[in-house]
Order: sequence, then structure tokens, then C-alpha cells
Amino acid sequence: MTVAVQGTAGQGGRDRGSRPGPVQRLKLSYSKYWYAYAMAAPVVIVLGLLVAYPLGRGIYLTLTDATSLNVGHTVGVNHIPDTFKFVGLHNYQDVLFGPGSYDRFWSHFGWTVMWTALCVVLHYSLGLGLAMLLNQKLRGRTFYRMMLIVPWAVPTFVTVFSWRLMLADGGLVNSVLGSLHLGQPGWLSDPLAQKAAAILVNTWCGVPFMMVSLLGGLQSIPAELYEAAEMDGATAWQRFRHVTLPGLRSVSSTVVLLGIIWTFNQFVIIFLLFGQNAPDVQILVTWAYRLGFGQQPRDYAQSATYGIILLSILIVFTAFYQRWLKRNDQAAI
Amino acid sequence: MSTTADLPTQGTSTAPRAQRPIAARPARVRRRGQSSRTATALSHGVLVLASLIAVLPVLYIFFISLGPDKMDYLHPGQILGKATLANFGKVLGQTDFLTWFLNSILVAGGTCIVGVLIAASTGYAVSRMRFPGLRPLMWSLLVTQMFPIAVLIVPMYYIMANLGLLDSYGGLILVYASTVVPYCAWLLKGYFDTIPVEIDEAGRVDGLSPFGAFWRLILPLARPGLAVAAFYTFLTAWAEVPFASTFLLSSGKYTLAVGLTTFVSQYESQWNLMAATSVLIALPASAFFYLVQKHLVTGLTAGAAKS
Repeated sequence: MTVAVQGTAGQGGRDRGSRPGPVQRLKLSYSKYWYAYAMAAPVVIVLGLLVAYPLGRGIYLTLTDATSLNVGHTVGVNHIPDTFKFVGLHNYQDVLFGPGSYDRFWSHFGWTVMWTALCVVLHYSLGLGLAMLLNQKLRGRTFYRMMLIVPWAVPTFVTVFSWRLMLADGGLVNSVLGSLHLGQPGWLSDPLAQKAAAILVNTWCGVPFMMVSLLGGLQSIPAELYEAAEMDGATAWQRFRHVTLPGLRSVSSTVVLLGIIWTFNQFVIIFLLFGQNAPDVQILVTWAYRLGFGQQPRDYAQSATYGIILLSILIVFTAFYQRWLKRNDQAAI
Repeated sequence: MSTTADLPTQGTSTAPRAQRPIAARPARVRRRGQSSRTATALSHGVLVLASLIAVLPVLYIFFISLGPDKMDYLHPGQILGKATLANFGKVLGQTDFLTWFLNSILVAGGTCIVGVLIAASTGYAVSRMRFPGLRPLMWSLLVTQMFPIAVLIVPMYYIMANLGLLDSYGGLILVYASTVVPYCAWLLKGYFDTIPVEIDEAGRVDGLSPFGAFWRLILPLARPGLAVAAFYTFLTAWAEVPFASTFLLSSGKYTLAVGLTTFVSQYESQWNLMAATSVLIALPASAFFYLVQKHLVTGLTAGAAKS
């Protein structure tokens, strides 16, 4: 980048004598960088302190056998030092391939992937459907938009709490199902129904974000494109397929990536909806939290190992996603 | 038995919303530019249904909060006859609610100001300046999004303890800032990208420094984007539970979300009071939301569409 700028500057200098010389340009670019670094510094400091350092410590913990029994702590005035040992990659091996690794890791992994995929597909399709409805000339669409944004406006823990009351045995949902003579699953106790309930609540919480983003994307598609397509005799489906979807591409690629990352790491909904006593519905994040906090002794090393594995999965996924986007000529960053 | 029954019902309740907009379109092909009456009716029908589903849980929690008895949530039908606002009076008058409320305002407001300022300056830097380290910075902002935050709590706790920031508003604000800033910086970068560079250049020609151009010209123009970022940070801080309950130690410092959880053990989970408190927590957040929602679509679009 800088090389290119200096190259053109040299050329320009020969053509027009009034342009600043290379020394001054260097000074200018230095002052430019200086401002850039000064402006980015707060973020780098905050993230470095509160994210990079914990990450480093987390990685270190994965290489030890730290639990709440052998980590140093202070009781009153006495400081008890660390007594945990370095065990190398044993934790990773144990989590991924050790005895019982299917029940501990892979079953949760499978459910997490399924959960992410289903939720993001539901978020996106419902969000797009509603956005397209709101994008028409329709009486009262501002009102509809305000109503549809409600799940986003209200704090998550409040609504999850409300869903919990609604999904309880004898709660609103089952009463309605019962009056329609349909089955009344134990939403909060039966493993399969728990999963359905978790997806339902997360979908309810996540659609407004997609809807608003996609609505914005739809509004930025020029109406002339639709007119032209209609002139050429395109059907509604063809217009959707060849005008709407390509027009939404850049919005979609960003919100889908964010949606996947957020859903994969979605903690609050499952944690608050089921607490710690529903092993089947725990995704990897809540499972890792349970290892680190929800049991005695607290297994810090295993919990951190899960954390690092989760992070690696997401980074690898994002790298592939970016590559795939690039091949299709659309960058998310 | 129950498992086979629940899946189809869930399918039917969600599927029509996704398909109808597509199904509704063919009616429009005939009359160009105008939708037929059936299509309009269908759209209204779907939107009304979706709005109801969107609002229902919120109304339901409000409804439960009206029941005076702590077991009323089990038979909501009986609440209608004896609905009262007594729970709200009890929560406001006999608990630490108001202290917690002020603490929440302080923390959420502080996060809002600190987070948006940091995010805006970073967003501006990555939007306008090409400097070595730009791409790694963008990547680290994205990667920070991926951190399973629940796993970071333990190491963060040690750092806060070492810095003497435990049980302080400042510490909590800093932690929240670290979780919201990456997304906000991304969002604002996208928004700044939509503001023509000529404006900065004009400012520079008139003698403003890059900071001056940013502060005096770009920030005022980016108000919708800032509103969205502010809204996002405020709501995140307002409703956050795990960090607050780990890092705040004395009950005088609790935020509302933490206060609510102590409330359960302290009063043996009186659901009616819980519900009333939840409503009181949701009200300011929603009010704030609707204050900025005018800018929401424009701000978010620019952010999401062009980042």
C-alpha cells in the first residue's frame, strides 16, 4: 500500500512541481500512522488486557491438571501456592479421544452443530420473510416493525424467564396444545422436547436482528432492478432468486457469519432455560461452564481445554467461510 | 409419544411465516407495481400473527406479575379475578431495587459512553486510514467475537483481583467494554465507510487535525450509527448476568440482573415478585430502545451491509 502511494507520488512530482517531495510525504504518512495507532490504541489495550491475557492463561491452563483443589488461593492472610502439574497435551487427548469422550464431547459437539445450523437457518429464513413483508407498501408497517422488534428490545433473561413459565408443565403453551387436543410434551424435562424448546426460544430471540438487518439490505436494492426484471417477464421466484438474493449478498454474508458465531456460543438461553440439570441439551459452551463452575471440584483445566477447542473450531470455520466468500467475490470483512 | 407429537406442531407454527412471502408474490405478477387484495390481506395476516408471537412472552410476564400470590403462575386463569399492582409496590418499597436500579444505570451508561467512544475511534481508524497492522486488527476484532465468554470468566477474575478492580463499577464497565467494543467497532467502521472521504479532506484543508475532523465532522454525521452502537452497548450491559454476578461482591453494588438472582434465594423464589422485577427491568431498556429505533434501520444497514 505505502509503496504504491510513494510510487505515484514520485511520478506526480515530476509532472507537477507543487506536490510535496518524498521526505515530506514520508512525514505525512508517519503522522497519518501515528493518528491511526493513537485511535486504535484504546481497543488494543482493553482487548489485550482483558481478552488476550486471559486467552494466554487459558492456553497455559489447558496444559496443566489445574482444578479448584490445587490452584493457589488466599485464605485470610495465608497464601496457598499453586500445586498443579504440567501435563502437556493430555487434556486435549482426553477430551477428544479419551475414555467416554463420546458422551462428554462428541455428543455435545453434534448437538451444538445441529443447534447452530437449525437456529441460523430459522433466523435467516424467518427474518428474510418478515423483512420482505415489511418492505412492501403496507398500511401500519411501522407499527408491525415496532412490534416485531420487541424480542430484541427486552433483555434476554427477562424473556427467557417468561418462556420458562410458558413452557412449564401446565403452562400457557401446553394449555393451548391441550385445548387443541394435541400432545403436551414436557418442554423442560423430556430430552427431545428440551431441544425443540431451546431452538424455539433462541429463534424467537434472534429473528429481530436478522429481520432489521435484512430489511435495511432490501431497502438498499434499487427499485429499477425489479422494474427491469418485471419488464423482461421474470416471475416472482426469478426476481427473488436473481435480484433480491444477490442484492442482499453483502448483508447476508455478514449477518450469517455473526449469527453462526453468536449461536454457537449462545450461553444465556440454555443456561437460564434449563439450569445445570439437563445434560442432553447442553451445548459445548454451557458444558464447559459446567465443568469450570457447576461442579465440585471445579475442573479449570478441562474447562479451559473446551474453551480453546471451541475457539479453534470457530476460527477454522471462519477462515473457510471467508475463503468461500472470496471465491464468490464477496468479502465479509 | 410426546416426542413425535411436538415436532410437527412446531413445524406448522413456524413454516408458513417463512414461505408466505414467496407464495404471496405470484399474485403481484398480473398487476404491475400493485399487490392484489388477497396478497395484501395475507401479508397483514402473517404480520399480525408474527407480531402476536413476538409480543406474547412479554405480555405474559407482565400478566403473571399482576398475580398477588407466589404460586399464581401455575394457574394463570385465576389471576384475572384478583389482578393487582401490589407486587410492584412491594419490589419498589421493600427491597434494594432502587439502589440496584441506580447501579445499573451507572454501569450501563458508563459502558455506553466508554464503549462507544473507543469503538468509534477504532472504527474511524480502520475505516479511513491504511496502516500496517490493519488486517490483523480487523481479524482480532472478529476473533474476539468468537470467545466463549463463559470460559474467560476465571482468568478475568484473577486479572480484576490483581488490578484491584473487583467489586467496582469501573472494572465491570471495562469488562463490558471488552465484550461490546469489537462488534461496535465493526458496525461503526461500516457506517463511517458510507460517509464520503471528501468531508474529511475538506476539514483537513480548513486546518483540522485528523482528530478534529473525526470529532467535529464525522461523529455528528454518524449519529444514527452511534445511536445503534449506544443502544447495543446499553442493552448488553443492562441485561448481563454472568460477569456481574461474578465480579460484584457487595449487595450495595449489585446491578439489577444480579439483584434479581439474589432475590430468588432470599425470598424462596416468589415468582410473582420476580415477574414484577423483570417487568421493571425491561421497561427502561425498551424505552431506550424505542428512543433510538428511528435510527436503527439506517444505522444497522450501513453497518451490516458495508462492513
